[in-house]
Amino acid sequence: MDFEQDPDLELIREAVGAICAGFPDDYWSACDREHRFPWEFYERMAAGGWIGIAIPEEYGGGGRGIVEAVTVMRTVAASGAAMNGCSAIHLTVFGLNPVVVFGNDRLKQTFLPRAAAGDLHVAFGVTEPDAGTDTSRITTRATRDGDNWRINGRKIWTSKALESEVVLLLARTGEAATGFDGLSLFLADLDPARVQISPIPKLGRNAVASCEVVYEDLEVEGWRLVGEEGKGFRHILHGLNPERILLAGEAIGIGEVALQRAVAYAGEREVFGRPIGANQAISHPLARAHVGLHAAWLQTMEAAWRYDQGLECGEAANSAKYLAAEASFAAADAAVQTHGGMGYATEYHVERYWRESRLQKLAPVSQEMTLNYVAQQVLGLPRSY
Amino acid sequence: MNVIVCVKQIPDPASPGELDPSTNQLKRDGKLILDESDSYGVEMALQLVDAAGGGEVSIISMAPNGEMSGMRTALAMGAVKGVLVSDPALAGSDALTTAKVLAGAVQTLGGADLVIAGTESSDGYTGTVPEQMAELLGLPSVTFAKSVKVDGGALKVSRQTEEGFDEVTCPLPALISVTAGVVEPRYPSFKGIMAAKSKPVDTKTAADLGVTAAGWAGAQQAIVEVAQAAARQAGEVIEDDGETFNKIVEFLDGLKVI
Repeated sequence: MDFEQDPDLELIREAVGAICAGFPDDYWSACDREHRFPWEFYERMAAGGWIGIAIPEEYGGGGRGIVEAVTVMRTVAASGAAMNGCSAIHLTVFGLNPVVVFGNDRLKQTFLPRAAAGDLHVAFGVTEPDAGTDTSRITTRATRDGDNWRINGRKIWTSKALESEVVLLLARTGEAATGFDGLSLFLADLDPARVQISPIPKLGRNAVASCEVVYEDLEVEGWRLVGEEGKGFRHILHGLNPERILLAGEAIGIGEVALQRAVAYAGEREVFGRPIGANQAISHPLARAHVGLHAAWLQTMEAAWRYDQGLECGEAANSAKYLAAEASFAAADAAVQTHGGMGYATEYHVERYWRESRLQKLAPVSQEMTLNYVAQQVLGLPRSY
Repeated sequence: MNVIVCVKQIPDPASPGELDPSTNQLKRDGKLILDESDSYGVEMALQLVDAAGGGEVSIISMAPNGEMSGMRTALAMGAVKGVLVSDPALAGSDALTTAKVLAGAVQTLGGADLVIAGTESSDGYTGTVPEQMAELLGLPSVTFAKSVKVDGGALKVSRQTEEGFDEVTCPLPALISVTAGVVEPRYPSFKGIMAAKSKPVDTKTAADLGVTAAGWAGAQQAIVEVAQAAARQAGEVIEDDGETFNKIVEFLDGLKVI
């Protein structure tokens, strides 16, 4: 067992931290308030090769794994960028994983170098209004039209659809109306003539819109099918664990910045002639937050390491996502409480962290579903649904 | 075109610094980072080499404990190699000894078309090393460079003065000191950082360069006292009676800024 810090990860943290230092809290609260995509930040991260860090070197990427990618995401979140920063880059960092693993050469040659350069924005279209966690009920359908496909249907919670050029889209191609078989994965263009995108007003992370997307007879060329026809769900599954791991790191970063702000405030703010941090009712929740975040990070790194080693990582990734979401929200909530009334004021930014950390308990999968995974897949308990 | 940049590695200004009470010098025993005022020189060197269509940027540094974290940043930005002079006997060296060491490091690299230094370091502020180096190397020296171009084999420098700019032409090879903000330093990229790990840094002692290290005892300068900066006085408050602008003009005129 060796917990010695990898010097490369330290370098990554320093370098990404230096970029993020140019984008202070006020930048992010303005993006959030104005529902403005953080282009300046995105472009700087792209220019440094940070967005392409996990794309293979042969396509111009950094050729690193999820260990490095999650270190980038945690650093971004912990800078105060939180989910507004992470979601801006998240899908290009990991989203094309099914294309890397299962895509044909033309797909890889056409899209991966652009993704590595940060020049290709990707959205992820899986969830549907009537098929949330139950992916087997997806009804968006792709039908053959000669060598091409035509896609019709409706997706919801497609993040970054407004900014993205392409979408990794799961659609039904088999004859059955439900089930995991018969789903296929496409890397389709978000052609404005055939796609209607409507942002969903939401609690937080407003720099990056999440959208309802309606596909009306969207034509997709045959070579844009990712992997095998009918195996789309399995291809997507390959990317779900790394997604959970990255989101765990993002959640932890938010918790860390919230905790940092709370500790600073608890040390400075004096009531009854002493800093409020001297009161254990203030200090213990912050100490608990620290302990929880640290434990979640260790679990996250185990999951990332297992994924990069090619080992089974479902248990570790789900555990990381669960622990990180709990620790993140607990830390952000403690930070708001520490600030008292000022915690509710936008000026102190902890309310923004609080709103964004709440998301982690819902997306990309609810805490309850991660527990279901552990109950069934790890503990062997019967399934209730 | 080959350029050598002098880079100083300093304690991170974001962390609270500490003085050694016996010498009144900043403690430099931990991790050191690239002095921001040298990142401008590195960037300028990279741009000049790029504009020349060939050549390379090398870096030189003098630092305790074999420390090269700050040099790695400059290598990650695009410099190709470095010389680090690290020698316990150099602790406490004065500016002239530092200049001799850095001039020796320039010679180790076989000289260059241009040597770039910051106007002054962010942790020492003596601001004399570049000119001393130029003298030791027998090079023309242009200070306070704000913009630099190479044109027809000569250096064209806009040199900042109190009144404005001097336009200076200077033959190469030369040594210049650049001011902060002269260019926007690039952020090291992921690939740059990884490549920097394997770029060669040659470590030398004072003796390797033929410099006599006199340390604290032989230093020709000493910090005799350190005192708290005087607290700022409260500013003047002027009630606006509709004619306040005149007072502002008067005030600025008194400062000779208009």
